[in-house]
Amino acid sequence: MTNEVPALALADITCRFAARDDASQAYTAVANATLNVARGEFVSVVGPTGCGKSTLLNVAAGLLEPSSGTVEVFGERLLAGNGVNRRAGYMFQADALMPWRTGIDNVVAGLEFRGVPRAEAVGQGEAWLRRVGLAGFGDRYPHQMSGGMRKRLALAQTLILSPDILLMDEPFSALDVQTRQLMENELLALWAEDRKSVLFITHDLEEAIALSDRVVVLSAGPATRPIGDFRVDLPRPRDVSEIRMTPAFLDLHREIWAAMKEEVLKAYAQQKAI
Amino acid sequence: MRLRILQLLLLGLLVVAWYVMTAPGLVPPFYFDKANRAAFFFGEPQKVFWVIVDWFASGEIFPHLGITLLETALGFVIGAASGLGIGLWLALSPTASAITDPYIKGFNSMPRVVLAPIFAVWFGLGIWSKVALGVTLVFFVVFFNVYQGVREVSPNLIANARMLGASQRQLLRSIYLPSAMSWVFASLHNAVGLAFVGAVVGEYLGSSMGVGYLILQAEGTFDINTVFAGILVLTACALVLDSLVGLVERRLMTWQPKAGQTEKV
Repeated sequence: MTNEVPALALADITCRFAARDDASQAYTAVANATLNVARGEFVSVVGPTGCGKSTLLNVAAGLLEPSSGTVEVFGERLLAGNGVNRRAGYMFQADALMPWRTGIDNVVAGLEFRGVPRAEAVGQGEAWLRRVGLAGFGDRYPHQMSGGMRKRLALAQTLILSPDILLMDEPFSALDVQTRQLMENELLALWAEDRKSVLFITHDLEEAIALSDRVVVLSAGPATRPIGDFRVDLPRPRDVSEIRMTPAFLDLHREIWAAMKEEVLKAYAQQKAI
Repeated sequence: MRLRILQLLLLGLLVVAWYVMTAPGLVPPFYFDKANRAAFFFGEPQKVFWVIVDWFASGEIFPHLGITLLETALGFVIGAASGLGIGLWLALSPTASAITDPYIKGFNSMPRVVLAPIFAVWFGLGIWSKVALGVTLVFFVVFFNVYQGVREVSPNLIANARMLGASQRQLLRSIYLPSAMSWVFASLHNAVGLAFVGAVVGEYLGSSMGVGYLILQAEGTFDINTVFAGILVLTACALVLDSLVGLVERRLMTWQPKAGQTEKV
């Protein structure tokens, strides 16, 4: 484990955003953050709202260039000039499906961009629709689907390219509790098949513990950085709705929450002040 | 269906009212001092009708209508295509957009109909001066809508497509264009009307063919019935073109949710 090159290595990342009207008022979203994701590891990042979790993920995706610090993907430097992180799939918090494409056309979009012949792409797309439980819904447009179905579609759209790293930005936060637990179980089942490296962002500690091998706690913004790193040794396969009741889960929850609580209160006080 | 009947009923009512108010001697003159004055100023529906029938029966209208429709279609297509192209280009290139911004604003606020005489000088009295006028009118409507449409594309969609491996060209084809299309179609309905305005105004100012020319001729001899006949023919054509745009729109925009639509499973 120690000698192996991590799938994703964020080293000493700092992100400063220039203020719109005053350059001296730059906002430091993330400061000196270091975070590694090993191969096949499921890492969750939790933190109070508005602490720069998504910023960190965008840096990992290559969508955002950090002010300083480096990103390494399987040992290779990710440079802004070379475009996005090609080995990563990204699942967004908000809907990012193309509303003018049917379900199947959305799923095969990535293959299409890579120049895979249409017939082959559709074949794979149908298979993925079946795997996420959307068989027969391929001809529907996103607006004809429920929130849960759209999330599954987005999941299929990302996973069809079989990325080595999966980046997820609070993907299930807009769903109701029941749908959400179903989706979490489905995600775990899909992940268990080939154990990609996952970096999962959430503000929900329960979700983080239930899904992950490791939970990283971020401090309140500005100048967010990891302040806690907790190993989750709960047995797999897990059922997210049942595992929440086990004593081991509750112990972990208590321990991590103790580390998080102060930061959450800090973030809350800051937001109230504004 | 019921709606259609009511619509036709309203049309019938308007025509009857028009007839009653203008037929000489039918109602005693209450505004004009002579019985045939109302007919002189407002025409008479049955005469307008016969003018139109006569035009189509004798075939006299076809070359004129053909010219006007050709000018309209050319103005519409060239204006819409250049509006789409330049709108996309400026929306995707912040530098070019910043440089040209004041000029675009200036051209847009200029009353462009005043360009008609200049176009007549540049392009002669044939169809191209009318097409040019139509293009200047259509271009800006489409241009601003495309510009806005591209600017309003959700950053999430772009980021997602990039993560899925889309190149710049693929982004343009799969994200920017379809996203701008709904804005484009909203503008095309206006643009059809404006292309007609360009053609007819151009014909007014100098031409030897076209429905605008027919109307101008009739005006010169105070033949109000023929003027109204020309106006009605143009209106009908504009309606047909507008519904054609609507047809294409429904074809291409099937993905758009319709308000209050329930899905039949």
